[in-house]
Amino acid sequence: MDTLTNIIPNVIERADMFPQAIMDTLMMLTVTGVVSFLIGLPIAVIVVITKPEGICPNRIVFWILDKIINLFRAIPFVILIPLMVGVTRFFFHTTIGIKSAFVPLIVGTVPFVARQMESAMEEIPGGIVEASISMGMTPWQIIKNVYLKQNIPGMIRGMTITLIAVIGQIAIVGTVGAGGLGDLAIRFGWQRQMTDVTYVVLILLLIIISVIQFLGDWLVRKTTH
Amino acid sequence: MIRLEHVTKTFKTKDGDVHAVKDVSIHVRQGMIYGIIGFSGAGKSTLVRCINLLERPDEGKVIFDGEDLMEASPSALRKARQKMGMIFQHFNLLPALTIYDNIALPLKMQKVPKAEIDRKVMELLELIDLVERKDSYPSQLSGGQKQRVAIARALVNDPKVLLCDEATSALDPQTTQTILRLIKRINKERGITVVVITHEMFVVKEICDRVAVMDSGRVVEKGDIVPIFIHPVEEMTKNFIATASNSNKVDEFIKAKHPLTQLNSNQQLARLQYDQNNTAEAMISHISRMFDVDCSIIFGNVEILQDAPIGTLTVIFTGQDDRIRKSIDYLRQSGVEVEVIKRGHID
Repeated sequence: MDTLTNIIPNVIERADMFPQAIMDTLMMLTVTGVVSFLIGLPIAVIVVITKPEGICPNRIVFWILDKIINLFRAIPFVILIPLMVGVTRFFFHTTIGIKSAFVPLIVGTVPFVARQMESAMEEIPGGIVEASISMGMTPWQIIKNVYLKQNIPGMIRGMTITLIAVIGQIAIVGTVGAGGLGDLAIRFGWQRQMTDVTYVVLILLLIIISVIQFLGDWLVRKTTH
Repeated sequence: MIRLEHVTKTFKTKDGDVHAVKDVSIHVRQGMIYGIIGFSGAGKSTLVRCINLLERPDEGKVIFDGEDLMEASPSALRKARQKMGMIFQHFNLLPALTIYDNIALPLKMQKVPKAEIDRKVMELLELIDLVERKDSYPSQLSGGQKQRVAIARALVNDPKVLLCDEATSALDPQTTQTILRLIKRINKERGITVVVITHEMFVVKEICDRVAVMDSGRVVEKGDIVPIFIHPVEEMTKNFIATASNSNKVDEFIKAKHPLTQLNSNQQLARLQYDQNNTAEAMISHISRMFDVDCSIIFGNVEILQDAPIGTLTVIFTGQDDRIRKSIDYLRQSGVEVEVIKRGHID
């Protein structure tokens, strides 16, 4: 214990803050991941099927969705946070704390997920879709049985990349008072120059990212036939 | 069973319009195996996709089992598609489903009771001889096995028609034979009409009853397989037939002045063609006895088309001019086709 106190004195002093920070980070990660997936996946499906060469081509819908995704992907995340203040206040009646982070996190992540899922579905050979049409499947059946089920490893890979990117954004929302590990690193590590806090936060984030990557790879292996 | 009338399909691309199919009319009768042959880019794949409207023609009629599919509602079209199985060059099995589930898929989509699906799938697994691989995934199978699964999947709806789009082009020669035999068997035993798209003449030769030859979007020649093989009219057709036999090899030899084709002044080089009604080999010995003309065979080739032999011999006649003429007349009277390719005394 004494050695630890020597190496990371500020961390030991504030040890009680870490569990909460880790929980907050994981909480934001889970909520953002789940909600963005639930919103991003249907958007990706609509983009894929309304493409000119898709199964329900629709120029207008495709054009609008494609442009919206590009627009939100183009906005740097730090700018998205103040942009979303109004929306955040509308939903949560507050602009600080962990809840306040959800809106910018989700708005920033949905287009990312949509693109990841879109490219996973695009990896399914066109011939398989063609074969499905030739057996008389309806568009809805093709979505359910082909697009959503025939490249699950690709989708898991996409979600792994997404979650790791979200970790970075959670650290950023820490700066505007959302809590989490990033918040600790900024408030203590940076503003009060407690470098040891920064290092420990970094190690913790590395562990979280490694676990996500490991689980992702494991699931990909599990679902690849 | 299938009638295409003046079907035209044009693709609009950045570099202008591509006329994939131009004014094609074909009639595929029930129970036959109809071949459509053409080099890549000839429009044959687009044409077969017009049959089940994977590609909707710009003009023309697509009549399947008495119904004009161009006028059909989306659900009627889906019903019609269920009656047309299709197999592809790259098999197009669903990678995340087992072999069993791949074959069962079309029935599951129609909410057929489980027990009936099981009966049907097991019967087809039996047919394609892959019962023990039913729980494998497509990636664990060889190309030929995948195509057999694709065939089973195409048959699970009890279709009236099987459309084969370059079904053997990704397979090795031996596997190709297995698949072709399976297709022929299905045609014979189940009475399913088959449309075969290919760029290989030997596929047509092996299984087809009728053939249409396509070149840049048009059908340039069509007819029953035997007459087409014996009397091809169009250059394109001749080229394809040449790829499936070596009877035209002699033309190359003549061009290259191969020693085999160097004739003495009393020699003539000719091609004889015969069918099961007149076997030229026997007549050749007649000729030498009756007309004192020697006949040496430099090439011989026998095709089996629709279980009947079509023979081609390339021979050199040696003897006096008028005797050779008489021999040729004699052969022609017996129903053998004779084409004199080269005369020794002219060169």
